Amino acid sequence: MSILTVSNLTKQFGGLVAVNSVDMTVEKGSITAVIGPNGAGKTTFFNLITGVYQPDNGNVQLGSSSLVGLKPHEISRHGIARTFQNIRLFSNITVLENVMVGLHKQLKAGIVGTLFQTKKVREEEQLAKEEAYHWLEYVGLAKHLNEDAQNLSYGAQRRLEIARALATKPKLLLLDEPAAGMNPRETRELTEFIHRMREDLDVTIVLIEHDMKLVMEISEQIFVLDHGEKIAEGKPAEIRNNVKVIEAYLGKSAVTPA
Amino acid sequence: MNKLTSKLKGNKLAQIILLVLYVLITSLSLYLAQASVTAFLLMLFSLLLLYYTELPDRLKWLIAGVVLIGVIPFVSSTGPGYQSYMEVATVVGIYVAMALGLNIVVGLAGLLDLGFVAFFAIGAYTYGIFATGQAANFMPFGTFPLSGESFWIFILIGCFVAALFGVLLGIPVLRVKGDYLAIVTLGFGEIIRIVFNNLDKPVNITNGAMGLASVKPPEIFGYQFVYPNQFYYIVLAILFLVILAVRRFEFSKIGRSWKAVRENEIAAQSMGIHLVRTKLLAFAIGASFSGMMGVVFAAKQTFVDPTSFTLLESITILVMVILGGMGSVPGVILGAAVITILNLQVLTEVTNYLNQLSLDGVISFPEALAPAKMQRFIFGAILIIFAIYRPQGLIPSKNPVFDEESLKEGSKKHRKEKITVEPDKGFQA
Repeated sequence: MSILTVSNLTKQFGGLVAVNSVDMTVEKGSITAVIGPNGAGKTTFFNLITGVYQPDNGNVQLGSSSLVGLKPHEISRHGIARTFQNIRLFSNITVLENVMVGLHKQLKAGIVGTLFQTKKVREEEQLAKEEAYHWLEYVGLAKHLNEDAQNLSYGAQRRLEIARALATKPKLLLLDEPAAGMNPRETRELTEFIHRMREDLDVTIVLIEHDMKLVMEISEQIFVLDHGEKIAEGKPAEIRNNVKVIEAYLGKSAVTPA
Repeated sequence: MNKLTSKLKGNKLAQIILLVLYVLITSLSLYLAQASVTAFLLMLFSLLLLYYTELPDRLKWLIAGVVLIGVIPFVSSTGPGYQSYMEVATVVGIYVAMALGLNIVVGLAGLLDLGFVAFFAIGAYTYGIFATGQAANFMPFGTFPLSGESFWIFILIGCFVAALFGVLLGIPVLRVKGDYLAIVTLGFGEIIRIVFNNLDKPVNITNGAMGLASVKPPEIFGYQFVYPNQFYYIVLAILFLVILAVRRFEFSKIGRSWKAVRENEIAAQSMGIHLVRTKLLAFAIGASFSGMMGVVFAAKQTFVDPTSFTLLESITILVMVILGGMGSVPGVILGAAVITILNLQVLTEVTNYLNQLSLDGVISFPEALAPAKMQRFIFGAILIIFAIYRPQGLIPSKNPVFDEESLKEGSKKHRKEKITVEPDKGFQA
């Protein structure tokens, strides 16, 4: 069963076609990778799905509902969460609060309830703290709960982004270059962690990644973008030997020796 | 000195004794030396000391209440300076509430607002129009002015009207960000003032540049509030509620969403935060504090005119927030108090002193450096010094500290999924 269906998705910036009529189907519970050379339109593609940009043409469908025209916060409410290529944490608040922001839409407290600190609001707030702490435990950041997010190490910041995204209880999790800047050991740990997330949390994962070892190891389906167009899709083994893909990464001469 | 502070640290009894001693000494000196500004300032300083003690919060509030409600009005009441001290304290209270309102907008939600005084003006005019005969010009029914007893309801009305204008302003303005937002809000502040200045025709609503004179003083059960020492208590009561509200908002879901929007709009949105609604809420709540104090201001001055609501006022309130520490409630309270007292008391005193010296012929100032002109200069110099040496403010904002042990226990019940590894090793294989 497919959870995300993208059809004919197109986005232009002036004369540049960043994403050009891309079709994509993501199976529920799968791990899917989107790869491609720099500037291929991968992040733009994510931004189109999450509503940061509006597509010029085409459709994005989560389950049975279309996401086109929705604002990012509405799309989040539909059950899509993401991390960012250039980390976007709430730098000057604590690690625990960062995750609590992820719980935002699940909390019911309104202005009046907050002003009068009703029993319900206080209980909800306590539960939120506990749940946020639980997510920190899950990604292994529990002992940093009171630190400012900006003081975490780079790898820890990436994990915090994942914890924050998980707190929104997503059906679909988009990871934008989760292994960027990680050493081989950290990357290996990340690979296992992504597998575990899927097992534990029943979440579908789509990731953009440049680390080919990770991509080949982890993904069940790979989509390759180049110059905004989808040039290939298939299982890792198929992509590895795809002529077009090799050409896109290494140039024409790599395929047809002179 | 270091030895002394380290000894005091942790010793609550010593702290409390020292504080009481301090309050007693300053009270006594203020009681005996009536005209002494220094004594009055030292008296107020006791509240800052109180903030830095390690007493439980409830006790701090209690002591602050006793000092503010009882001690300060009492010890300054014997001499001729009484009303002027109470006037200063009242004005400080008004500015503190406004600065706390602006702190929500600028400090928590990160929206630079240079026209904040507009909401103060709206509150003031809301009461001013109905508590003078002015309303009769455009409202044929009802008898105006309304009695002073309506003041209490008007505090709420002022609050809501200002909040409403906060939303109305926000809807068009929040499409722009950063520097552009600052310019647009600046424009809004000026527009409101100019509208009030010109709304005497075709229908005379605000009485234009002439202003609204003899606004009815507040009244309850026949008891009229006329003097600063009476307004002092009204301001104190509202201020208490404002501080309570700010603290509750700050550490709630709403406060977190403000901070998230301040830190990163795109990430905040992708966490499900409604950007426009969150910003509007910040505008509305910030404005509502200002609106309440506007009503009090109108009643206290008994006169409202557009010149009280210039751009300089907006800037002054912003300076209070920045000097005190953006996003920090105690900091902003201190900042507002310091700036107001500096403007109303210290700098005026210094100017008077210098004037006296030059009159006595001790020193002579060239025309360009007349003491009255020096006042703004000194003020500016102080701001620059602070900007360089303490950019984070007098009391920088602090993040809450969560108790790990209690969360550890509670987090277990959220473990719905089948986690196979030990907590805290989640990521490491």
